[in-house]
Amino acid sequence: MTDNPSDRRNRARAGETPSLEELRGIAARKSAQHGNDIDLNMPEAWLNQYSLSPMFYTSKAYFIFTLALSSVVAWGVACWFYQIYNGMGVTGLRPPIFWGLYIATFVFWVGLSHSGTIVSSLLRLTKANWRRPVLRGAEAMTAFSLMVAGIFPMIHVGRVWRLYYMFPLPNQRSLWPNYRSPLAWDMMAISVYLTASMIFLYTGLLPDIALARDLCPKGNWRKGYLTVLSLGWRGTHRQWHVYEKASTFLAVFVLLIAPSVHTIVSWDFAMSITPGWHTPLFGPYFVVGAIYSGVAGVITLMIILRYVFGLDQIIRIMHLYNLAKLELVMGVIWAYFYFVEFMTAWYAHNPVEFRIWEYEWERFPHLMIIMLGGTAVAIFLLSFHKVRTSPAWLLGITILINIGMYIERYLIVVPVLTHRDNAYTWTDYTPSFIEISVAAAAIAYFLLLYAVFSKLLPVVTVADIREGKIISGDVRIGNRELRVYADVEETL
Amino acid sequence: MKAKSFNSEVSNKYKWSMVIDLDKCNGCGACTIACQAENNIAVVGEKLASEKRTMSWLRVERYFEGEWPELRVIFLPMPCQQCGNAPCEPVCPVFATYHNPDGLNAMVYNRCMGVRFCGNNCPYGVRKFNWFGYKWEASLQEQLNPDVSVREVGIMEKCTFCMQRIRRGKDTAKDEGRDVKDGEVVSACAQSCPTKAISFGNANDPESHVSKLVKSKRRFRLLEEHGTDPSVIYLKGGA
Repeated sequence: MTDNPSDRRNRARAGETPSLEELRGIAARKSAQHGNDIDLNMPEAWLNQYSLSPMFYTSKAYFIFTLALSSVVAWGVACWFYQIYNGMGVTGLRPPIFWGLYIATFVFWVGLSHSGTIVSSLLRLTKANWRRPVLRGAEAMTAFSLMVAGIFPMIHVGRVWRLYYMFPLPNQRSLWPNYRSPLAWDMMAISVYLTASMIFLYTGLLPDIALARDLCPKGNWRKGYLTVLSLGWRGTHRQWHVYEKASTFLAVFVLLIAPSVHTIVSWDFAMSITPGWHTPLFGPYFVVGAIYSGVAGVITLMIILRYVFGLDQIIRIMHLYNLAKLELVMGVIWAYFYFVEFMTAWYAHNPVEFRIWEYEWERFPHLMIIMLGGTAVAIFLLSFHKVRTSPAWLLGITILINIGMYIERYLIVVPVLTHRDNAYTWTDYTPSFIEISVAAAAIAYFLLLYAVFSKLLPVVTVADIREGKIISGDVRIGNRELRVYADVEETL
Repeated sequence: MKAKSFNSEVSNKYKWSMVIDLDKCNGCGACTIACQAENNIAVVGEKLASEKRTMSWLRVERYFEGEWPELRVIFLPMPCQQCGNAPCEPVCPVFATYHNPDGLNAMVYNRCMGVRFCGNNCPYGVRKFNWFGYKWEASLQEQLNPDVSVREVGIMEKCTFCMQRIRRGKDTAKDEGRDVKDGEVVSACAQSCPTKAISFGNANDPESHVSKLVKSKRRFRLLEEHGTDPSVIYLKGGA
């Protein structure tokens, strides 16, 4: 069978839909040839089919995978119930170490949620035309990691059944939350961020849901909820107009919320008088760490989506390359923060802080090496063009970065609490099996949410990609063909 | 030495204070046991005690100076310091711990949901958490102090300066139309200390025993650099 642009147009016009294998085959061929950008010769109808293929084609491996994840989650939930029934004593915590792996895990997931919206809204606002395929995956990552993070305060508290005391609910005794407490700020920040990023994700999804509704085969069970969720989207001029306005507004709004959220999370620590936590550095330190860990998370997910759903045509090497450049910049800033943190602790030589620093090296030398070495290795490797364009290398590096960031969160919470002002109370902490099970279940829960999402809703930003396709064209300048984009707002 | 705080603005007839003379303390631990009995503190057993999960509100810390045989042991009884400017109070998201007009950090057990931030922010490490729901044997149920609530699993607790005794003393005084007399209210630890190392009383009454002791040049307070303004004053370096 010949495969040239005019052939494809004719076949598409005749209403023919190629098989998934053929679509993927074209994609692979074109991305090898064309390199950096989406192929303009892909017929619109085929592009729709191809973009929605993760939803409608499900392999057997998917069911095995989700079943495995569900069983890990079920085990974690069982452990949590065991903990609620018996008390917090089933964890490894003991005075004066009142916060442990749960809080470290909470901070990790909140951190991971950060880049999704920041990357997505920044790229929208700066009108970076390569952004389009990255948006949905990144936004969904934010929403799901926040959904995971939001559970951890509940797992952490001693009496989860009294959690509603945190909410400003009118009650007979006029008891209100204590707004002086960083935890009250935290609760509000996280809930605002979760709400805003869900709305941001949903707004972006609207045209794609409508497309999926229209392309949904007759009798498919998805038809019902797609119809409801698409809110009657028909793609009228006015609807697009409102959509553009709303997504720009939300991009600005979310961009403002995101850094404040992780600053507030850092204040859970920095607002205390505990040596090692009580430092003004923590606000920016946490925000940068969050973006560093989050961009790595976005890259990891992009590579997985690309591989699992055969989306080579849509998530190109170029996207990974651009994200890797961003990650390199964040890595360098992050290394600077490590330097500042250790430098101030060493120079001031506060005895308690210095003892914490010594203890970290005595007790967790391997973790310290993975954390610091991981950052150094990541920065070194990401400096190479070859590495930034290789999915395999990037996958390894970004996973290493997030392991390092998890360790980092653990080392922020635990060593500080083991060594406090009163030397008589100094002791040690090891997470119990229950705590580790719950933390592992969190990872499985996140992946499960993502896997289910990819089957229920379009995981590829079809509308955005098609918009990019419409406003772009290839122009021959000299002996090179260049991709040019029209400035949509100028044209409007 | 008085750090100005929001709370020191509160003027009241009473400011309960404790003076502990370290030179008189012989580390017998009677205070810990008296506290345990008075305040219905759970006895957690050998296993949990070895995990450092004891519930005692007052512990006697031991510090060693020098090497054997020139060894000097210093005992430091450590109850809640009842800070005037308590770090545990602002961080509680639900007002389970608050400052009462007598200058004490009160705990509202029923309000606590166990986020344990107060424990993290206490530089003295005197806050205790109910890791499990502790039960008393049937016969021991009878010896529980009816004036003190038994705490549930998953909440924080700590030394209250024997709040129930303070309440009773103030109520009696009010019924008789007078102020609480010096020595009328005594905490369980002060009452049971065989060497009279612990004194308890009203620091706002210039004639009280503690007010006189506080004027001693031997006085110091723990970790004052944090500006917590503790109500527990230690004496040492004399004798």
